[in-house]
Parts: sequence; C-alpha cells; structure tokens
Amino acid sequence: MPQRRSLPGLVLLACSASAVAGVLPDDRADMFLSQYSGGGMHIDTADAKLQAKVTEDIGVEADYLIDKVSGASVDVLSQASVIKDERHQKSVSVTYIRDKTTYNIGFTNSAERDYISNTPHFTISQDMFGDLTTITLGFSSTRNRIGENNGTALVPNVAWVGTSQSHSYSFGLSQILTRNLIAGVTVDVITDAGYLQNPYRFVRYIDPTSGKGWSQGEQVYPDTRTSTAIEGRVKYYLPWRAAAALSYRYFTDTWGIRANTAEFDYTHPIRNVWIFEGRVRYYTQGHATFYSDLFEQANAQNFEARDKELAAYKDLTIGAKATYAFLPEGWKVFKRGTATVDVSRVDTKYSDFRNIKDYGEPQYKPGEEPFYQFDAMIYQFYVSMFF
Amino acid sequence: MPTLRHRALLLPATLCALAALQGCSGGIQPWVKPYERDRLADPIMLWDRDAASSAFLDHVYESREGSRGGTGAAGGGCGCN
Repeated sequence: MPQRRSLPGLVLLACSASAVAGVLPDDRADMFLSQYSGGGMHIDTADAKLQAKVTEDIGVEADYLIDKVSGASVDVLSQASVIKDERHQKSVSVTYIRDKTTYNIGFTNSAERDYISNTPHFTISQDMFGDLTTITLGFSSTRNRIGENNGTALVPNVAWVGTSQSHSYSFGLSQILTRNLIAGVTVDVITDAGYLQNPYRFVRYIDPTSGKGWSQGEQVYPDTRTSTAIEGRVKYYLPWRAAAALSYRYFTDTWGIRANTAEFDYTHPIRNVWIFEGRVRYYTQGHATFYSDLFEQANAQNFEARDKELAAYKDLTIGAKATYAFLPEGWKVFKRGTATVDVSRVDTKYSDFRNIKDYGEPQYKPGEEPFYQFDAMIYQFYVSMFF
Repeated sequence: MPTLRHRALLLPATLCALAALQGCSGGIQPWVKPYERDRLADPIMLWDRDAASSAFLDHVYESREGSRGGTGAAGGGCGCN
C-alpha cells in the first residue's frame, strides 16, 4: 500500500524522554485507541504499552501497535485505487541507569504486507552540572523492504520492488534555566539510501494526444537523501500553577525541502484531578527541487516526483486534551490511574499540488485545476495505570 | 559532506567529550538548587507526559509532511497511500 517513511531513528528521543534525570519513571501500563479521518483516509490505531522496573536501575519497555487503514488519498483516487491494510509495530527496549548516566537499547519492527522495517536503536543520556543539564546522544539504523501490491485490496499480490537503509544521529540538550523555566534543543541528522520513492504514485505531464490533456509517468527519486532538523523549545511555569511551552523547528534536506514548524502549548491543572491542555501548531514547507504538479513533457528531467508530501503547503493544527486522574488511594496493585481524551483538527492547504479528480464538464485545462486542500480529525483516548 | 567513516567516529568522540565535560562539572555550582525545583518537578512541566500519544501524533505529522526529526516519534508505515 502506502507511502511511509524510513525514520524509526526518531524512536530515539522518545526513549530517552522516558528516563529523566537518572531516575527510572513509574511503572505504568497504557491502553491507547485513536482514529484519524481525513483526505480520504480512515485509520484506526490500537496500542498497548508497558514499562516496568526490574530493579532500581534497570527498566524494560514493550509496545505493540496495530494500524488498520482503509480508503485512499487523493493521489490514488485519480487512479481509482482503494486500499485496505494493517500495520503491526512491535518495540522492546531496556534502560539501565548508572550514577548520572542512562543507557537505552531497543529494537522496533514494523510490518505491512508490502512494507517491512527493522530498527535497532541506542541512546545515552548524561546528567551534569548539578543535574541542571541533560545531554542525550542517539543512534539508530533502519532497514526497509518495500513492496507493491499488484492485486486488489482484498486479494493482494505483492511484488518486492526495493530496499532502503537509513541512519539517524541525534543530539539532545535539556537545560534548567531558572526555578520556573526549562529549555531544550534537539538536532537530528538522518541519511537514507536505496529505494526511496512511493511505488503507488505517478508524475503527470502535458500530453496533447490525451483526452484530458495530460498523461501519467513513473516517478524517479534520487537514491540518497540527508536531512537535518533543529528544534528549540522552552517551557515556563506560570504563577497560577499552569505551564506554557513554545517550540520552533527548522528542517532542511538535500532534496531542497525547507520547512518551519512552530507550536504553542498551554497546560492547566485543576486541583489534582484534571489536567487540561490546548495547543496550536503551524507548519509550512517548500517543495523539493525535483517536484512538479505538471511536467512539460514525458521524462522532462532526471528526477521527477509528484508526491504531495514533497509539494509546497501549509498546515494548521488546533488540539485540546483533558486528563482525569482516578483511584487516588490506589486499588490492588495499582497506585493510581488516568484517563485522557485528545481531539485535534488539521487543516492542510497546498500551493502547488492540484486536485486532478474528474470534475465533469467543462473540464479544467491541465495546470488550472483547483489546489488541493483537506481537513483531518484526530481522536485519541487512552487509559494509563500506574503501579 | 562527512563520510560514513567520519560519522561512525562522531558518536565515540562526542561521548569522550561528554565524559570530559562531566569531569569539569564538579567546579560549577548549580544556580537552581535541588530544593528550588519543586515547580519544575510538577508533572505539568514534563516535556512529554504521554509518550504513546506524542509518538502517535509525531507519526501522523511525519507521514504527511516532507520533514522529519527534531522531536520524538515512532517509525514504520503511515497508511497514507
């Protein structure tokens, strides 16, 4: 089926965040359900996660996630293709703390019928300067096997079309600045090599011999890519027991994509029972150098793409989250529990990717179709039990 | 453009630098004392209170946007055909 990314290297900082300042986090079990609906896609996700201390300085974590995907995005709707698929992701990791140093090693496997990904990952964190500073380094190496389903959604016939590898190098710094202010910086460098394109998507080019005025051709991606992302963030404790966080990320890669992300979060607890959170995220991206919505002719250049993820666009996310704490006195082996509902809406507007669906008569001329845009709703519900 | 070998040397070199920094840190006094960190220890000040939820949202973004990294996320497929 899909287009997906070979980026499990980014598991790194998620792992490092679970052990802060040389102390293993509380034992907890999470049951997580979510639903994504937008752009013609419907994805239901279920995730079970367990983290527990084996000893005072060794912890283990296991995670099993299932994505159920149905529908088809605008790219393939133009080819009358609908998908139905499942993705299974399994992760395990071990954390070891020795004095001021935290080590984490783990492995993640993700499998669909037409995509298999394996990632070993390693992080090391060091607390220093009186525990005011935490530095984290991470490395991961991912191998992907990419297939193409030439059958149907219900009767698949997968041909394996290529492999790719990626390596991720991460650096993180978390710094206590004052009694109320904490800051952080993260730098991620990711290199890819191999089959990096989406086998299900096509370029289109002007073709006067076609009734629509255009025809489709194969995408040709470069077989290497290196990207760098730098994020800075601050979080401030407000006088009325609330927190405000601001972050900014700059992204650049060797495909010519430049992106900026800014996010603001506000967290407000009520007694020790409720925590409410609101967030706004704004993202803007320029297109890859070899991207075009409509090429002048077939095989117009060495590399050609029309993946909308490589186009120029903006998206805005507005989200709200409420967490309710229950069992404050504990129950059997559990010390406490929380239940959380999270709702987000994402509005995406493209500035050089056109919607080439069939509009009926009169037809648009090639290159004059309306730009594509879509809204997505994301619902999350999860229960966390601490023990 | 660093070569693969240079990159392979980067991690151990940085670890050595970290160890050296840690050795020097004994001379620097923390300007926020441990007993002054009660507000920072409040759960609302965590960078990431719910790792599974954050990983899910990052995965949603990274599957549908051209950029990646700089945050924390899980990998694999996205279901965004």
